[in-house]
Amino acid sequence: MARSIRDSIRGKVAIAGVGESTYYKRGQAKEPEYVLTLQAILAACRDAGLDPREVDGFASFSNDQNDPARIAAALGLPELRFANMVFGGGGGGGSAAVGNAAAAIAAGYADCVVVYRGLAQGQTYRFGQGNYPAAVSGGMAYLAPYGVLSPAQMFAFRTTRLMHDHGIERGTLRAIAMASYHHAQANPRAVMRGRPLDEAGYDAARWIVEPFGLFDCCLENDGAAAMVLVPAERARDLAQPPVYLLGAAQGSGYRDGASIQNPPDLATSSFKTLAPRLYAMAGVKPSDVDVVQSYENFTGGVVMSLIEHGFCGYENANEFITFENLIAPSGKLPLNTSGGNLAECYMHGLELNIEAVRQIRGQSTSQVPGAEVALVNSGPMVPVASNMIVGAASTR
Amino acid sequence: MSDSASSTRSPTLLPKGLPAPRPSIDGLDAPFWEAARRHALVAQRCRACRTWQWGPEWLCHRCLSFDVGFEPVQGNGRIFSWERVWHPVHPALKTGLPYVPVIVELPGAGGIRMLGNLAGDPEAKVEIGAEVEPLFEDHLEGESPYTLVQWRRTGR
Repeated sequence: MARSIRDSIRGKVAIAGVGESTYYKRGQAKEPEYVLTLQAILAACRDAGLDPREVDGFASFSNDQNDPARIAAALGLPELRFANMVFGGGGGGGSAAVGNAAAAIAAGYADCVVVYRGLAQGQTYRFGQGNYPAAVSGGMAYLAPYGVLSPAQMFAFRTTRLMHDHGIERGTLRAIAMASYHHAQANPRAVMRGRPLDEAGYDAARWIVEPFGLFDCCLENDGAAAMVLVPAERARDLAQPPVYLLGAAQGSGYRDGASIQNPPDLATSSFKTLAPRLYAMAGVKPSDVDVVQSYENFTGGVVMSLIEHGFCGYENANEFITFENLIAPSGKLPLNTSGGNLAECYMHGLELNIEAVRQIRGQSTSQVPGAEVALVNSGPMVPVASNMIVGAASTR
Repeated sequence: MSDSASSTRSPTLLPKGLPAPRPSIDGLDAPFWEAARRHALVAQRCRACRTWQWGPEWLCHRCLSFDVGFEPVQGNGRIFSWERVWHPVHPALKTGLPYVPVIVELPGAGGIRMLGNLAGDPEAKVEIGAEVEPLFEDHLEGESPYTLVQWRRTGR
């Protein structure tokens, strides 16, 4: 007999600590990416009030280059029990890595797992620039020779089709960008603090690739972010109010990974199958969610994500996704309250997972009063996308 | 559009210097690139259940047969989606802006999609659903000549 989805990880694991390096514009960090990663891990342990020597597992995503065995040796860990990587080169693995870490704890593989992402694009390569050899084969042979080289160019097609099929307007994309910039102004960590964005600024910006203008696209940064997960009962004795993982899901729908723009359903954020699973696992419905952190590779993906997670429909998306509705503390659905990938820092979305934890603790710089349930989604439009819901002790 | 792209003497839609396509080392898609050199458009079709499939894969996603061949695509395509690129991410493109990559749906091949550039004025309005036909663009310089499949409007 199949197990109920409610018998899974709900409430069994807590996020005890979060932390990050200083966030930089790309190319401005003096420390190597690996050092930023160590700094983030130690900051998360310090936040939790945990001795770093208690860490016994790591989970990451997007082919992170900072090897967990090296980190375990560098930190002098007595024992490494779990080393996990989510397949795929996009930000879709962020919440999946948290889910994997929690699964390892629930299964007894490990007792204290750090999820981390180190990413210094100024030191490795810029995602927004083509960095290709003279010849390409496989799927890229059908894209790069045609000048389709960057993530923005690969995802614009999905957004064009969304706007065409459902009448989504550019003002809806603009509201998402403006909400992120608005929240960044209150966040001392945000690289875009001090650089507010208004409607005129958005409208005047140059095109990158239609339908995306400059402010529809995520940043390129140097930095690292980390979270520490422990069994729920252990979290009660640590330094911060425990934030419980209520559910996590990863993957995509039918043939979403078909190459050369051939997923049967193209205008999707890949969450149509994940969102119902996540809500069922968490025992939560969209109206229970107090605050959303929705990965912005590009604003069009956020529109799809909000719709596919049931916060509005296609037919009323333009009316619902407005600047007023998306900002804390007063909006109906406060979104990306740290500034996210557009205006805090592009830590491949892990900064969004961290912000969800801060909201539940009441520690956000754009706090939603009394927030008890926060939803995060990671990497819309990629074939291994993921999402998670966290909650306060009252929701467990 | 750059002078070179609009000149009849240099008939490629984008400037030279972008990555060149090569068949996969494992041979999976060699028939596609060989057909393009002959100015023929082919796509994968399962010999067992007759399902069309793209991008190339070693087995049929419908019946799981490994007996998948390449067959000529019948008829024209329709624009399924598009974008207009203004920001160059490759040095070769700095003189070729803007340009318009399109995804083309092929009703004569089970609705599979291919990607190429749309010929003509790159600042003209693009209509989803407009009919397009393949435009074979030879790149004969270098030791491994190849042909790209671009698209142009038929007016229907």
